[in-house]
Order: sequence, then structure tokens, then C-alpha cells
Amino acid sequence: MFLGFLLSACATQTAKKVDSQIQGDVYTGTDTVKYLADGVPDRVFFATNESVLTTASRETLRKQAAWLRKNPDVTVVLEGHADERGTREYNLALGERRANAAKDYLMTYGISSSRISVLSYGKERPVDSGSNPLSWSKNRRSVTVKAN
Amino acid sequence: MKKNKLLFIIFLILYPFKALALIEVDITRGNLSPLPLAVSSLSSSENDRETLRKELDIKDIGLEISKIVENNLKKSGLFNPLNKDAFLQKPDIAHLKPRFEDWALIKAQALITGKVNLQDEKLRVEFRLWDVLAGKEMLAIAFTTVPKNWRRVGHIISDKVYERLTGEKGYFDTRIIYVSEKGPKTQRIKRLAIMDQDGFNTKYLTLGNELVLTPRFNPTNQMVTYLSYFKNLPRVYLLDIETGMQEVVGDFPGMTFAPRFSPNGKKIIMSFAMDGNSDIYTMDLENRIVERITNHPSIDTSPSYSPNGKYIAFNSDRSGYQQIYVMKSDGTKVKRISFGKGLYGTPVWSPRGDLIAFTKLHKGKFYIGVMRTDGKGERLLTENYYQEAPSWSPNGRVLIFYRETKTDSKGEGFSAKLWSIDLTGYNERLVDTETDASDPSWSSLLSN
Repeated sequence: MFLGFLLSACATQTAKKVDSQIQGDVYTGTDTVKYLADGVPDRVFFATNESVLTTASRETLRKQAAWLRKNPDVTVVLEGHADERGTREYNLALGERRANAAKDYLMTYGISSSRISVLSYGKERPVDSGSNPLSWSKNRRSVTVKAN
Repeated sequence: MKKNKLLFIIFLILYPFKALALIEVDITRGNLSPLPLAVSSLSSSENDRETLRKELDIKDIGLEISKIVENNLKKSGLFNPLNKDAFLQKPDIAHLKPRFEDWALIKAQALITGKVNLQDEKLRVEFRLWDVLAGKEMLAIAFTTVPKNWRRVGHIISDKVYERLTGEKGYFDTRIIYVSEKGPKTQRIKRLAIMDQDGFNTKYLTLGNELVLTPRFNPTNQMVTYLSYFKNLPRVYLLDIETGMQEVVGDFPGMTFAPRFSPNGKKIIMSFAMDGNSDIYTMDLENRIVERITNHPSIDTSPSYSPNGKYIAFNSDRSGYQQIYVMKSDGTKVKRISFGKGLYGTPVWSPRGDLIAFTKLHKGKFYIGVMRTDGKGERLLTENYYQEAPSWSPNGRVLIFYRETKTDSKGEGFSAKLWSIDLTGYNERLVDTETDASDPSWSSLLSN
């Protein structure tokens, strides 16, 4: 009886943790996020099969754009990724589409396309090797990597 | 009383389950009723055996070749090679004149006999296929080859026997090119690898310094096209596996991927991704002319020609989600053909021309299936956590694909393996590979 209570309490806690890290199928946590500079996250996340930027993603990209404007010599590679729940070839195209969504947004904030290149990895380079919705949400991403 | 009731319920539940399970076994085995046959060891002289033992490091070449034949025929699911311990007649005598009553006694309906000897440093092979019940020779073939090709001798015999008994070309003297994988899931090291269809003679064609994906054979020769991330620029490459020479296909300012050859081997069809949009292009390998085939703001990828070269099946999300489309090879008359529930990808046209194999994702499960070229008659052959990328055997009877496992709560236990399944949906088998493997492509028959 006691054990059962403990287990269910645990389960609720895990569920809440997951809930708070995924909103509308998009990862909102910070586990895997690195920083290009103080307060400038390096990545944005996407919903399954989507390449639409969320409000949070746009905020991240505006910070990246501001940082790039302050550092005019820096060039970047936008690495687009998909989760493992798709065919390899479609995921390569999807990763490219995601990275370009981020690139387009940086360009509307004044960053020259000559400073940005795009590289899709499809599902080839997950950051999280888990086979569950939370892991997949961390893997659906576009990561801005300093190239020089 | 209570106990009795419980037993009764269990009995009721178990009974139909058991009956179902039995029917299933009946269908897989009974329906195909594999033909019992005897593969006698190929006879050879003691002298030749000794020479070949030194040269090839095999004890008894005739026995080894007969084992290759047995293994091939058994894995086809259509034949049941009988245990050699029960054979009454010696290989050399059986090859000259089988005593059919002896073979009928062990219930063999067909018998394969043969002889192998060295002639001018070459392997001379002859074999015969006998109808045991009719007491007749059905096939007699002789050929010569270099000793190091000795495994291919077994495959060629298998193909000839398969063809004589089924009326269709075999698929044993073939190779599989695939991606060999190792390392953790987040940092997989991938190399191009090639092996005989039965898992022997594995060779690694790249070192693993860069990511390589989706190798595919030219149906007319031993050229291969694949995707390499050489210098972090994902591009389609052309590789000659005999010479090791390779080159980039075309001069595109972005990622090219999902390559395949046209049926005559003269063109490569692939996707080119630019500014978030992927479209389908071809490049003529003789005059290097690049042609754009689709022009649509959606993802268009995984193109595959029909065997007559007149049509192209491909994958597009122009309807909002991944579906399968067919168009004429000039890009006109685009028509969606997949209308079932779920997402559809990786269409691959059968070498017979009548079917398209595909990957389907529905309710969190992945399926390998086939449909007719108008999209009707969808048949799902196998369901799993993750599997995709079917490739046809050259006779269009078997599909090879890869399957990945779900990881545990710690993110461990990942593996990728090759599997094959008959078009009938039966005879699903793990394909032996030295390492983890994915993206298989089946070659044409090496000999005819």
C-alpha cells in the first residue's frame, strides 16, 4: 500500500516535469542548451514535422541577431535536426527547412546571408538518445554554431 | 467454486488464442510447403582438395559449396534441404547416376549433385539437378571460374536451381551495399560496406571519417551512388566499387541527397535542398546535363524510377504531410497515390514494375508495405518500432530494409540491423552483418 503510494507520487512528479518541459509539442527546457554569449541561447526547438518558429524561438533568435550585430566578424552555421521518428531522407529535408526558418529570421533582423550557412543533419545527430517524447523534442532543433 | 470459474475463463481465453497461433504457423510453413531436397556434396579428387585447402583455407571445397547452396535455398523459405547424415549414396556416384529409390526413401523430391576439379589453375564446376520421383535429370550445367570465386559458385548453382524449380530468376549471386554503424547513438560512426547477399566477404569502402548515408547500386553495373558529408558539405557522390574512384555528382550550391540511378544506369535522380525547399533533379552521367523535375515549395524527395523509366514515384509533403506521388519522368502529371491513414515515405518501384514498396508511419508504429502503382491494394508486410528504406531483390520477390530498436529509460540499447521479408509477408529474417547496419541496397544479379 505504502509502496504503491510512493510510486504513484513519483509518476506524477515525472509527468509534471515532462509537461513543464514540452509545450504544444515543443521543447521549452534548458537541459541541452548552450550559450553563444551570456544570455544568448544557441538553439531553438520545433514541433513534430514542423518548421514554424515559436514565440520563444523568435526571442532566442533576436538575441542571436543582436549578438551577431555586436560581433560583425563572426560567421555561423545553422545546424538543422529532426527526431528519429521519420524516414532518413525526409528528415534531411526537414532539418534543412528548420535551419532555414532560423536563417530567414536572423536575416530579417539584419544579419547578412553571407555570414550564415546552413547544414542539415536530419536524424543523424540526436543530442538525446532516448526513445520518448521528451528526448524527441530535444532533438527537433536548429543549433547556431560559431564557424570562425 | 471460485477457482473453477477462473479456470474456465482462462480456458476460454486461451483456447482461441492457441488456435490462432497454430493457424499462423500453418500459414507460414504450410502455405509455402518448402520442397524437401537433397544437396549432395560436390565430389572432388584428393589432390585438388589438398591444393585448394592450401590456397583457400577450406577443408573440402565440394562440401562447402554444397553448404552455400543449402543455406541459400533454405533462407528462401521455398526449400527444405535435408540433413546430409541421412544420405545413402556417395557424392561421386550420385553425380554419375543417382539411385533414385535411395533419395526417395529419405523423402527428397529433388537432388543436386556435382563435381569440382582444378583445370589449369581454374575451378571447373559441373552440377546436375534431378527430379527424384520422375527419375529424371532436370538441369546440367558446367562452368569455370577462378578459385577465389568459390563462394559465387555456390550462389550461381543456387540461382540456376531456383530458376529451374520456380520459373523465376534467383537472387543469390548478388551483393548488398549498406551503411555499417558503430558507436553511441548521438555520435554514430558510419561507413559504406558491401557484402555478398548471404553476409560473407564484407568489405568496408570508406573509413568512417565522414558521415555517409543511403548507398544505392546502379542496376546495370557495379557503380554506387550515395550521400557523403565530406568536408561537412552533404553531397551526392558516385563511386566505382571496382576502382575506388569517386566524384561529386553535379555542382549544386547546397545539399543534394536521396540519390538513385535510372533503370538504364545513365542518370542519377536526387533531391537538392535550397532555402528550405527540396526539389527533385536528374543529372545525365554522360553529358552532365542537370534537369529540374519538380518545382514546388514543399519537400519533394526519395525519388524512384519505374523499371521502364517512364514514371517516377516520390515522397512529398505538399498535401501537408508526407505522402507518395507518381509523375511522368519529365515531371508532368503529378498524382498522389497514397490515401491510407498515416504518413508514407521511401517509395521504391519493384523491378517487375507492378508494385511500389514504401515505409508507413501510423499511430507511432512503422510499417514496410507494398501497393500497386495506382496506390490501390495496399498490403502491410511488417510492423515495428522503427523500420524503413525497403530495397527489392532483383527478381522482385524479397525486400531488404533496416530496423532500429527503442532505447531503454537510460537511452541505452540502441541497435540497427538489416532484415528481409518475402513479398508474401512471410519468411522475415535477420540478415547477418558484422556490425550494426542500415540503408541496404540490393545489387542486380552478378551473372546471368
